[in-house]
Amino acid sequence: MEKAALILLTIGVLFNFLGTVALYRFPDVYTRLHGTTKCTTFGSIFTSAAVVVYALQMYLRTGEGRFTTLSVHVVLAILALLISNPTGAHAIARAAHRSGVLPKYAVVDRLAEDHRKKGGVSA
Amino acid sequence: MVIFVLSVAAYLLLAWSGGGIDPIEAGIAVALGGVMAGLARAWNPGRSWTLAGLNPLRWVKFILFLAFPFLWGMTKANVDVAYRVITGKIRPGIVRIDSGLKGSLAQAMLANSITLTPGTLTVDVDDSGETGVYYIHWINVTDEDPSEESVYGSFGRWARRVAG
Amino acid sequence: MIISYFAWAAAVTGFCALAMVGRLIAGPTVPDRVVALDSINTMVIALMIILSLVYDSVIMVDVAIVYAALSFVGTMFIARHVEGGV
Repeated sequence: MEKAALILLTIGVLFNFLGTVALYRFPDVYTRLHGTTKCTTFGSIFTSAAVVVYALQMYLRTGEGRFTTLSVHVVLAILALLISNPTGAHAIARAAHRSGVLPKYAVVDRLAEDHRKKGGVSA
Repeated sequence: MVIFVLSVAAYLLLAWSGGGIDPIEAGIAVALGGVMAGLARAWNPGRSWTLAGLNPLRWVKFILFLAFPFLWGMTKANVDVAYRVITGKIRPGIVRIDSGLKGSLAQAMLANSITLTPGTLTVDVDDSGETGVYYIHWINVTDEDPSEESVYGSFGRWARRVAG
Repeated sequence: MIISYFAWAAAVTGFCALAMVGRLIAGPTVPDRVVALDSINTMVIALMIILSLVYDSVIMVDVAIVYAALSFVGTMFIARHVEGGV
C-alpha cells in the first residue's frame, strides 16, 4: 500500500520536470503555455494525491485527527489549482495575442484573419 | 445561492479539524457566505436568488464528467505533450470553432476543459453573436477548418448537459 | 523511511522552480515571462503541499491555498496590463 504513494509521487515529479523542459524547448508563447499548463497541473495533482494517500495511511495507522484535516485541505488546494490554472493560461494567451505576439511557425491563424476582416486592430 | 452554499461549505471544511464544529464558526461561515453572495450580486446585477445552481442532478452529472471523460482526456493530453516535448514534432496554428453554446457558465466550463485536454488551448472567445465562437490554438493542426468532434470530442455535449 | 522520498520529491520540484527562473529572465517577450512566473507559482504550491507532509504542519497547506488565490489574481492582473487595459 505504501508503494501507491511512491508511484503517484514519481509520476507527479516526472510531469513537473517535463513542464520545465517544455518551457525551454518550445519556440513561442502558445506552445510553451501548452506544455507548462498541462504538465504542471497534472504533476501537481499527482504529487498532492500522493500526499493524500500517505496521510490517509498515517491516519489509519495512528488514528490522529490532524491527518484527515491535512487531506481535506490538500483536496481544497487542488480544486483551487484546477480552476485557476487553465483560466490563467487562457488570460495569458488572449493578452499575448491582443498585444501582438503572433504564433511562430503557425500554419493557420484564423484569429488574426478575422481581426483584419473586421477592420479592427490587426493583432 | 450556489455561491452562498459553496462559500459556507469551503469555510466549514477549512475550519473543521477532526471533531465537531463550534457554533461560533458556523455563524462566521454563514455571515461570510452572505457577504460573498452579496458581492457577487452587486458585481453582476443580473443574478437572481435562484436554486437552479443547486440542482443535485447537475452536480451528479458534473462529477461524472470530472471522473470519466475529463480525467481520461487529461491523461491523454499529458502523454501527448510529453511525446511532443521529447520529440519536438509540432505543427501549431489557431483555428476557429463555433461551439453553439449559450450561457456564460457553459462557455467558461468548455474553455477550461479545452485548455486541459489534448493539444488545444483556448486563445479567445467571441461571444458577441448568438453563440460562443472559440479561437483555439492547436499544437498539431491536421485540418484548417475542423469540426467540433475532431478538436475536443464529447466535451461540447457534456458542457451542454451540465451547465446548459 | 518513506518520508525521505517525499523530501527528495520536494527537492526536485524546488529545482524545477529554480530552473524556470532562467526563462523568466531570458524570455524574449513579456508574455513569455508571465508564463514562466505562472508555472513557478504552480511549482511552489506543489512544493508547499509536499513539504507540509515532510514537516508535518497543516498550516503550510493553508498558506498554499492563499498563495494559489493570490497568484491567480496576480496573473490575471498582469495579463490585463499586457493587453493594455490597466
